[in-house]
Order: sequence, then structure tokens, then C-alpha cells
Amino acid sequence: MSLLSVNNLNIAFSTTDGAVSAVNGISLSLNKGEALGIVGESGSGKSQLVLGILGLLAQNGKTFGSVKFHDKELIGLSQNELNKIRGDKISMIFQDPMTSLNPYLRISKQMTEVLMLHKNLSYAEAKKESIHMLDMVRIPEAKNRIDMYPHEFSGGMRQRVMIAMSLLCKPDLLIADEPTTALDVTVQAQIVNLLQDLKRDLDTAIILITHDLGVVAGICDNVMVMYAGRTMEYGSVNNIFYNPQHPYTQGLLRSIPRLTDDSYSDLPTIPGNPPSLLNLPIGCPFQERCEYSVEKCSIKPPPLVSLSNNRKKACYRESVQ
Amino acid sequence: MNEPILSVKNLKVHFPISKKGTFFQKVNLKAVDGVTLEVFKGETLGVVGESGCGKSTLARAIMRLLPSTEGTITLLGKNLLSLNKNQLQNARKDIQMIFQDPLASLNPRMTAGQIIAEPLKTFYPNLTNNEVKNKVSQMMNLVGLIPEHINKYPHEFSGGQCQRIGIARALILEPKIIVCDEPVSALDVSIQAQIVNLLKKLQRELGLTLIFIAHDLSVVKHISDRILVMYLGRPVEIGTRDQIYKNPKHPYTIALLSAVPIPDPELERKKVVQILQGDLPSPINPPSGCRFRTRCPLAEKTCSEIEPELKEANSGAMVSCLKFS
Repeated sequence: MSLLSVNNLNIAFSTTDGAVSAVNGISLSLNKGEALGIVGESGSGKSQLVLGILGLLAQNGKTFGSVKFHDKELIGLSQNELNKIRGDKISMIFQDPMTSLNPYLRISKQMTEVLMLHKNLSYAEAKKESIHMLDMVRIPEAKNRIDMYPHEFSGGMRQRVMIAMSLLCKPDLLIADEPTTALDVTVQAQIVNLLQDLKRDLDTAIILITHDLGVVAGICDNVMVMYAGRTMEYGSVNNIFYNPQHPYTQGLLRSIPRLTDDSYSDLPTIPGNPPSLLNLPIGCPFQERCEYSVEKCSIKPPPLVSLSNNRKKACYRESVQ
Repeated sequence: MNEPILSVKNLKVHFPISKKGTFFQKVNLKAVDGVTLEVFKGETLGVVGESGCGKSTLARAIMRLLPSTEGTITLLGKNLLSLNKNQLQNARKDIQMIFQDPLASLNPRMTAGQIIAEPLKTFYPNLTNNEVKNKVSQMMNLVGLIPEHINKYPHEFSGGQCQRIGIARALILEPKIIVCDEPVSALDVSIQAQIVNLLKKLQRELGLTLIFIAHDLSVVKHISDRILVMYLGRPVEIGTRDQIYKNPKHPYTIALLSAVPIPDPELERKKVVQILQGDLPSPINPPSGCRFRTRCPLAEKTCSEIEPELKEANSGAMVSCLKFS
């Protein structure tokens, strides 16, 4: 039995310009101790997907489909019931460590709150546990630091505080939405190490949303590539990086500048821009930027088909080796 | 080598701020504290470093958007810091800037055409509307925008297209040198590659000189001929691309390079990251001696006593470390 199983999830927003479908028929499953990377460009729906899973969508958003966590359906649960799960069994790290901590409250208050609410600990116990957690994410002098306000921490430390907070209840699933995007490479390396340790030592399942393929390569077991709210390709990290099948994945991998590349030649690019979700083309959303697109692509979107080795791709093109 | 097009000598930018707990006492935040560099015609100088190292302040000081405390900035033989307002205005024809946030750096109430034409109208008010329009269309073509979009507003463009508008605006005066402050860090990977290629193409075709500031070392490697690595307001290493990336000397450069994630699962999992201990010290009260010593794996007692100067290391790069002097 998988820890999390998402089945045919759709997320739509009603806006003044009409209905926008941000996520289209996404299915995925995640086991204990497994890390799934979700990559895609801005607007590909990767953040909305996890917000939808957690029931945290904006007011005008609606979720359809099924999200089962520990075999319990999350879609349609009341806020009260969701609150028992969120922060306890599932927790989330947000992209911007500056804005996701409350600037008015001391770190101690923000951290102990989680434990007092979910685990019924006393303030003293909760604080002890919080200090322990801050130690674990290597905040120096955690004992003194815990009574400080967020602005007294640097960006990297704030992100580590966020991670410590999300781990307080030893969640089964940790969702990290671009956890290192706002950070410098040296700090990013520390956070990546921390996530690797978590996965190994606590058997935490991780969903990592990022556009940094280097970070995905370091942490994840499986990768899902999203484009315009759809899954384009899914597979193990080695398969995706060494033998990408979808033209979008191939283009994405080619267009990143690499430290190992010494040439001065132009970077291969994906031409054009991501499509507007308000005005998606009929058929495959990637057709306009795809070098292999044929007539069929503009008639009906290619279904997500399973290939060998637990891989999936949504493209009419024959598999290449 | 030929004459440098831009040379910066011992540039310091200090910001006076109130001392903690007092109101009238001022202390200096030393954002840039003694940077010397030269940029030659047609080359790209990359500037890298962690946030807070002063790379953006350096860019703004070179543009004279910020007052410098000390030093000289010589552009084509003129010291920018000694120019009066009118002279400076004229000098800015030769040096232009591209900003980080593509949307925020464009006026939302002006059309793409008005934005791109504004520098032209400021400097050549005698041009007829038709001449301006022609020039703008030509620029839009050059940067890969469709000239028919001349009357659209910034919000109607995507991030990558907005950055192209910013580039067209910087190019329309035909400057000699463009300072790019994190021009691609707000863009998606596939768009980032398009903009990097565009900058390289423009450089080839127009003989532009670029100062390219970024925190992404892979991007900087791809576009730069020479690279300046900064730490806490000071240069720690300057060298050619090969010197910096193939044979880095300064412990900070080595740590920085080791931390770059590699988009290759096997290499990424095998690589050894040199984790830097602690956080960036405060630029108000930087460590004595070598500024990097508090986080340096090789630090010794003398590092806290002597401030290292840039010296040539055996790789040919200029390195600011006592181990190499």
C-alpha cells in the first residue's frame, strides 16, 4: 500500500477571464521513504498540485479527483479534519523563508504551537523538543536562538527553521515547494544534505517541487515532469536524466548550462514561451514548441501511456533509445 | 592587451547607518570595500558571489546610481565619479544596465514601444516620430520581439519577453558596455537559455562589452571570458574562465564551485560538497585580516592579523589569500 496515492486529480480556478484549469488528470503514488521530484516551468501547475492535495487552494479553486493518504480520502474532508493531518502527518516547506514565518512572533512561539496543538505537549516539553529539532537542522546555539524573531536570522537559517518546524511532528510526508530557490548555492547544498539525511534516517517521504534539475538529481528517486498542468513524463531519476523520452524533458535537460561544459557555443533552447493556461491549444500543450510535432498532436492530447521500467510518457512519438 | 574600456580602482561604497540602540551615532556598512577591476572591449566579465557580497552594489556604483565613497571609475578615459550631472548624462549613452526583475523594471503604464524609445527621446529629442519608430522596430527585431507588439503593455508579455524589452531599451543608444544585474535569475530554465544566447549573439554582432552579475555559477561560466569572485565586499579571485573553473585557488571559490548542483544523478550523488560553516558575517563589522577566515577550512592565526592582497597564483589568476602570497 502506498503512503500517498493521487488519482486523476484536476484543479480548476474560476477567474474573471473564465475557468482556468491548472492541473489536468494527474495521478501519482508515493511510498514511505521515497522522494518524488516534480519539475516544470512556472505555470506548469506543480505548486497548485500540492496545494490541492493539502486542501490549501485559493478560494476560487476547486479540486476534483481522489487523494488518498494512508488510505484515507483527503478530498472533501472538513477543514477541522484536514488540520489534524496537516502539520502532523503531512507538512510543507514553502518557497520563501522570509514570508512564511510570522514576523511578529518569536521562533519559540511559532514552533511550540505545532507540538502543543498536535501532540498535546506542555509549553516546556514542546520547547525542549523544538530546541532539539533546531539542533538537528544545525542552527548554532539553538537554546538562545529559539527566542529570537525571524528577522534576526539569515535567509538560510530561516529556511532551516522552516524545515525544523515542519519536522516537529515527524511527518510521514514532507512537501517542499522550491525549498532552495531563494538561497545561495552554499546554503542550498546544506539544505539538500539535510533533506537527504531525513529521507535516510527518518524514512520520510518527500515531494520536492523545483525547477533546479541539479537538486532533483541529488535527492529524488522518481521524477515527474509537468507542463501546462499535465504529466509529460514520469520515471526513475536515472531514466529521466540519462534516457529522457519526452521532447520537453529532452529540451529541458539540454537547455541547462552545465559546469562540466567548456564550450562557448550557444545553449540549445526550447523555442517560444509556455502557453497561457487561459488559452491552451487543442491537443498536446507542448505542440507549438515541439520540434517533432505532427498533425495528430493538434487534434487530441496524447494520453499518458506506461512504458517498460515503470515509466510513463504523454507523447505520440515512438520511444527512442 | 589593449586599453580597458572600463577600469575601476579601489572602489568603496559605504552606507552610513544608525548604530544599534543609538540614533545619532553612525557606523558604516561596507557593501563594497576596495574593488579593482578592468574590462576590455568585447569581453564578458562575470561577477559571482553569495547574496550580500556586494555584487549588485558594485553594479549600481559603476552606473553611478549609488554614490561611491572612494576610488575611481574610468569609462573610456573619463572618471565617472568626477562628472557633473550633464556630463554624466552624456556618459550614460555609453553604459547601460539590464535589471533582474523583468516585469518590475518596466513601467506598467507605458507600452513596449514607449519604453524602448524613452532613452532615444531623452538623448535625441530632435528625431521625428517616424525615425524613432523605425529604430524601435529595428531594436525589437534584433532582440527577437515581434515589432507588431509595439503597442502592447508589459503585463501582456511573458517574463522572457519582458527581459527582451529591457535589453532593447539598454541597446537602443548603442552603448559600449552593458551592466547586467542577474538578468536571467528570475526566468525559467528554457527561457534563461534563450536570453543567454541572445546576449551572446548581440555581443558578437555589436561588439558589446558585458559585465554579467549572477549567483548561478553554471550560467556565468557559459557566458563569461573572465570572472571576478567576491566575498563580503572584496574580490577574492579574478581570472579567466579556465583559471577559475578548472583550477580554482581561493578556498572560497573552491567551496562555491563544489556546492553547485550537477544535473546528473550519478555525478551529483558522488560529489563531495565543501560545506561552509556558519553564515556570512556582517558587512558592518567584517572580520579582521582575511574576511573569509571565519568560514575558511584553511584558516590559521595569521589570517586574522594580515589582510591579504590580490596576488598572482600559479594558475595565473589573481588570488587574495595568504596561502598564495
